Amino acid sequence: MIADFRRRRAGMVGLGFLVLTALVALAAPLFISANDLSAAFAPGLPRRAPSGHFLLGTDAYGRSMVDVTIWGARISLTVGVLATLLAVGIGALVGVVAGHFGGWTDTVLMRVTDWFLVLPVLVLATALASVLTPGVGTVVVAIGVTAWPTTARVVRAQTLSVESRPYIERAKALGGGHWHVMRVHILPNVMPLMLAQATLTVSAAILTEATLAFLGLSDPTKVSWGTTLQLARSVGAFSAGEWWILMPPGVAIVLVALAFTLVGRALEQVLNPRLQERM
Amino acid sequence: MSITASALPDTAAVPPAPQGGAAARRGPVIPLRYVVGRLVGAAVSMLAVVFTGFFLFRVVPGDPVRSLTRGRAMTNAQLATLRHQFGIDKPLISQFGDYTSRIVRGDLGTSYQYKTSVSSLIGSHVWATVYLVGTATLISAFLGLRIGVRSAWRNGSRSDRANTGIALVLWSMPTFWLALIMIMVFSVGFGPIPGMFPTGGMSSPNVHGLFPVIWDHFRHLVLPCLTLVAVLYAQYLLTMRATLLEEVGSDYLTTARAKGLREDDVRRKHAVPNSMLPAVTLVFLNLGTAVSGSILAETIFSWPGLGSLFYEALTVPDQPLLEGLFIFFSAAVIVMNLLAELLYPILDPRVRTS
Repeated sequence: MIADFRRRRAGMVGLGFLVLTALVALAAPLFISANDLSAAFAPGLPRRAPSGHFLLGTDAYGRSMVDVTIWGARISLTVGVLATLLAVGIGALVGVVAGHFGGWTDTVLMRVTDWFLVLPVLVLATALASVLTPGVGTVVVAIGVTAWPTTARVVRAQTLSVESRPYIERAKALGGGHWHVMRVHILPNVMPLMLAQATLTVSAAILTEATLAFLGLSDPTKVSWGTTLQLARSVGAFSAGEWWILMPPGVAIVLVALAFTLVGRALEQVLNPRLQERM
Repeated sequence: MSITASALPDTAAVPPAPQGGAAARRGPVIPLRYVVGRLVGAAVSMLAVVFTGFFLFRVVPGDPVRSLTRGRAMTNAQLATLRHQFGIDKPLISQFGDYTSRIVRGDLGTSYQYKTSVSSLIGSHVWATVYLVGTATLISAFLGLRIGVRSAWRNGSRSDRANTGIALVLWSMPTFWLALIMIMVFSVGFGPIPGMFPTGGMSSPNVHGLFPVIWDHFRHLVLPCLTLVAVLYAQYLLTMRATLLEEVGSDYLTTARAKGLREDDVRRKHAVPNSMLPAVTLVFLNLGTAVSGSILAETIFSWPGLGSLFYEALTVPDQPLLEGLFIFFSAAVIVMNLLAELLYPILDPRVRTS
């Protein structure tokens, strides 16, 4: 499977980019100090164009856009990954339970899933984020609670196909309970699909995080790509043509979301032989 | 986010039957049981929306009365009067009673901020949104489906890879950021590009005469519409491509070719009709995405539609308005979904027989 993935160029490029981004985000505290990110004691003058000293200029407070963008990766990636863990967790639980028990359980759970699937995600997420106290944790919950239905559907379909295999019958005949069958036989089989779903969900989660932060529903004191863009809009950076404030966070969002999507698509193709010849 | 896995209905998995078959087409148009089942399903979803709407916005922290009267000196008695007026001094359970009886009568309550009924606010803003989202949907569906078909037909070619690449980049782009860039480049002007379009609103004052008014209107529509098209386009293209790829290489296409049909006819008359169903579904289902995109595009371009209204309501927070809009948006998606489900059997006889 790994060898198969390695042959997919787009997926490998995406993966390489993500590893690099994660390393830079992790190492950020080594070369960016709290002073560099302080709004009150910013290192430069506000809204200055790129220069030798500030390669990408400065933001509305006078912080270096390079530092702000690198630091923003930390929040965006953390929120993206945590929200995805929550979403894939809920989705896998619902999917496996619905697929394994079938009957009424399945009908009710899938009804709920379909219902969540059609709800306008942003409306629901903003509503949730405005209901809970604004902050990073709230954003994680708001995204996690709205992003799970796709995973639930995919996992349920896979569970159904695994359930029909003879060894499940054998496990049941040997006295294996529901819990045993789900944990030992079904879960390992849906794991790879969950991984593919997870990478696709992360990219959606990162976009939603930026959107919610932009709408002012996250913690405005934390430096993230969304809050940086919100700040840029509130001071009118775009009507002043200050591209150096707008471009870096936006391009960073696009690249990271794209990288996750590419990895997710490549994983899907590796896992689903039917897709393999097609893409 | 996975396109192939999420938005498609189960019907996509039905094995392709060559061209429906005339016998099936003459059968009962739509089984009554199917229609009733879908109607009940939609009604249950609506009920769930109404319940969620209540509990979601009833636990909003912060006192709406306080945020409304911010900056004004108010006595406690005055605040209490306002609370009584809004009916938020009662216990939650009796508020819920009031709420349900209101909703049943079609009354969505009174906005705190505008002091008018939510239904009339929605009524006065809905057409701007329908206009914007409708235009954007038509353009993006037309482009997305067309280019999706071509991409799938020439699977793996350079143009296919370029189109898929562009779609994936658009797919990964935050709507609000794209909107801001549009304003920076095309309204304000950037480098050699002059500012050609207005930054926001739906029309400028002091424009008279039929043609100037139409032109002015068009200029205001371009940027928000382009933003929404970019947001919606990717999903149409990727879905159309994925579903048509399922058909490419099917035996019935080989047969059609063996009959000596031209390649264009094989595609247009045989392959595309069989993969239209998921595409049509998507047009309807995409409404949820369109609503989200519309909130951002409208907010940034100050387009006077439901999206701007939602954003304003969010900043107060104007509880009844948020609640009303939540119910309205969800209801719109549910109704569109229902329409799509009722359309399937008409479009595709395979659904009728199964």
